[in-house]
Amino acid sequence: MHIPIETLRLSNGLFVVLSEDHTAPLVAVNLWYHVGSANERPGRTGFAHLFEHMLFQGSANVDSNEHFEFIQRAGGTLNGSTWLDRTNYFETVPSNQLELALWLEANRMGYLLPAMTQQKLDTQRDVVQNERRWSMDNQPYGTWWERLPALCFPPEHPFHHSLIGSMTDLDAASLDDIANFFSTFYTPDNAVLTIAGDFDVVVARTMVERHFAAIPRGRGKPPLPDMEVSPSFGGARREIVPDDVMLPRLFLAFRSPIFGSDGYYAASVCSAVLGLKKGSRLQRALVREQQVAAEATAFTYDLTKGSDLLIVDVTARPDTSLEQLERAVHAEVDRLITDGVSSDEVARAVALIETELVVILQSAGERADRLSLFATYFGDPTLVNVQAERYRAVTVEQVNAFARERLTADNRASLIYVPREGAEAEPQSDLAMAEVP
Amino acid sequence: MSVVTTGAASSAPTKKPEPTAPRAYRFPSFVRRTLTNGVNIIVAPVAKLPVVTVLAMVEAGASFEPRGKDGIAALTARSMLEGAGDLDGVALADRFERIGASVEAHAGWDMAVVSLTALSNRLSDALSLVRDLVRAPSFPDREIRRLKEERLAELLQQRADPRSLADEHFARSVYDADARYAVPEEGSAASIRALTRDDITAFHVEHYQPRGVTLIFAGAIAVDDAVTLAGKLFDDWRGGPAPRAPRAVDRPQVGRSLRVVAKADAPQSEVRVGHAGPPRNAPDYFDAMVMNAILGGLFSSRINLNLREKHGYTYGAFSAFEWRRGAGPFVVHTAVKSDVTGSAVKEILIEIERMRTTEIGEDELTLATSYLDGVFPIRYETTASIATALANLVNHRLPEDFYDTYRTHVRNVTTQSVLKAAQRHLRPDALRTVVVGDPALVVESLQQVLGLVPEIVAVDAPEGGR
Repeated sequence: MHIPIETLRLSNGLFVVLSEDHTAPLVAVNLWYHVGSANERPGRTGFAHLFEHMLFQGSANVDSNEHFEFIQRAGGTLNGSTWLDRTNYFETVPSNQLELALWLEANRMGYLLPAMTQQKLDTQRDVVQNERRWSMDNQPYGTWWERLPALCFPPEHPFHHSLIGSMTDLDAASLDDIANFFSTFYTPDNAVLTIAGDFDVVVARTMVERHFAAIPRGRGKPPLPDMEVSPSFGGARREIVPDDVMLPRLFLAFRSPIFGSDGYYAASVCSAVLGLKKGSRLQRALVREQQVAAEATAFTYDLTKGSDLLIVDVTARPDTSLEQLERAVHAEVDRLITDGVSSDEVARAVALIETELVVILQSAGERADRLSLFATYFGDPTLVNVQAERYRAVTVEQVNAFARERLTADNRASLIYVPREGAEAEPQSDLAMAEVP
Repeated sequence: MSVVTTGAASSAPTKKPEPTAPRAYRFPSFVRRTLTNGVNIIVAPVAKLPVVTVLAMVEAGASFEPRGKDGIAALTARSMLEGAGDLDGVALADRFERIGASVEAHAGWDMAVVSLTALSNRLSDALSLVRDLVRAPSFPDREIRRLKEERLAELLQQRADPRSLADEHFARSVYDADARYAVPEEGSAASIRALTRDDITAFHVEHYQPRGVTLIFAGAIAVDDAVTLAGKLFDDWRGGPAPRAPRAVDRPQVGRSLRVVAKADAPQSEVRVGHAGPPRNAPDYFDAMVMNAILGGLFSSRINLNLREKHGYTYGAFSAFEWRRGAGPFVVHTAVKSDVTGSAVKEILIEIERMRTTEIGEDELTLATSYLDGVFPIRYETTASIATALANLVNHRLPEDFYDTYRTHVRNVTTQSVLKAAQRHLRPDALRTVVVGDPALVVESLQQVLGLVPEIVAVDAPEGGR
């Protein structure tokens, strides 16, 4: 399987990726800006995401609700998302509406600020605060994806603070912040534009030039602070969170090689051996045999800077104590280090991942997003075509070496949710890190 | 291969571009075959990527459950994955996963489905495993007990999950206590506890029969190959006596009501407002569907623009008809900041009333119809979504040309037919409101807006207050 890819770079720095596929009359437009919560300044946590919302509020030539309306009227789907180090905007439209999508994206990249008003900011602040309540505060275990990075990265590290942001910081965001963030990060030289699907490359190039070439290059963004962290936590970390939940749940994180690096693929296979689907070790041992867990999975977080995290996520059965659960999880991880993995286990993991790599590329939107990802992080979208090979090349020895180096007792951070009642017996640590020797 | 272009820096166009001529699209063509034992086969060859999705559809959904056995359909479906023939659950999972195949089994309201996705060169091996688990499941007692415990754990978890609580209480509020739709598809704690291996075996023998089965293939496979494979694996399957017909599932409760599920200090209220809606075979399906798109189905719908973009009450507010063979619910759902709960419900009521009393504008109509028309090809990009669309045909016995005429039907909807659908299917006098939230902050305003005395229920009330 090989996806056709062409690239070009406009003189203003915009990197453009084109991938033709004429199966159906539809086309995906996908923009990645290389900015995320990691780029926020102190006191403005959550701003990158709030800003993402503002990009749907119109621009110089587009009224407040028109961005959504134009795309939907054209028969398209659209959304955006914010991550630690990137923000993406995407739509899939009937292929005869490609230029509409490009026009809308170019308008908000080039001419956003005239449309920004205090009232729009206030409304979107309310919406985002409700998003926080909905996705985290009023959701069992919902704060894990805020607490886990905080536990795993030191306080000064750009991945430490909350992506969705604190209510106070969201309250403090101003129109000046919008203007500064926009002119610093939303520039063509800090973006990748991918078009995937049913279009003609020559026509698409002309359209891209027509709409994007006049947007001036940025003045350069401030570099991120040093992202490097040591490959190990250098001691077990443990945080207990009493919450409105019914069953204890353990997130056990290990620092692991960053996404796309040579070591990453062995780490990813190792996580699949541990916790991908029913045949994985954790599911066989904890869910099926010992029956101490109601659910058990493991996955990599896929961070591309500083350190990635391999995460084991296990929820206790109603009759299992936290102590039992932890003991069982650590025993499985220890067993993986001492006994190693078998070639059958590696083959199972790679086969499942390979199928997933094919399945995910079926939709133009997903294909465009993967191309933008590799273009943004590595400057090379063609890496999408070698992922299966990279996985197939992973050996038992590499997985075992990864396990011995990275799954060690001093590289384990435990984020533990326990039911609020009965939590008194556990040492409480709030958000502070509790170092357990 | 990076090409540096000069990029003429003239100014960018300010005017919205016009679309070029649209390219024709047809839903993937498919063919039907029948095996000698009555097993139906549908094949949609789509050769884009080397992957195939197969759905084995069985007339064995929750609607077929005997009284007192709520959840048996789902438990039976899941138990089939726990062992078949000589293979125990671990070995079975391992056989699928070593060839990179994903298999799942679940029971919906109407049908049970075993779904398989595999790379095309592994399909034959994977489907023979599906044959084993559908036709000769071993239902090991130990694994059944475990699956029951896992379902009970899930139900326990839901006590702390405002969204699940709201959904569960809403169903109980809309339907009469003995209607199957009042209880979750996968059963309640009480019903699950009572289920036995014998119940599962009996349900399987009665309902997993060749005459009630359709095999759907979508993906990189030729029609002849799919039919040959299906014949080899399923043609020697023989059925028993005819199964029982489904039971009454959808008897609604009468009148308006307000229930507050008390979650002290909740930072947000989960809100559900609605009533029993039309069944999927309603003659005005397209009018109702378009009407809902305008009311609360789209991002740019009235309810979402009102609650989110105008008032900032919520991250999102939507409405939906849940299309089932019986009268599935119509529901408006949102989560709002606690102190605006009453105001948000008031706006929902206003939007429902406005939909029934005033004809929508031509502009609003075309927003919905041109969206549904245009987005049609985007919905069928994957083998899984094509197979699911075909499953919808099977489940609801829709006409063979349903997808070929879909866009015409959508475009034929008018502002008047939308108004009629709203008057027929939105019933303010039957609205059931459920709020999971902090009673101290929500009760007074809800009472005022609805003019109803709320029934206040504790979160940990067993079986949602019943």
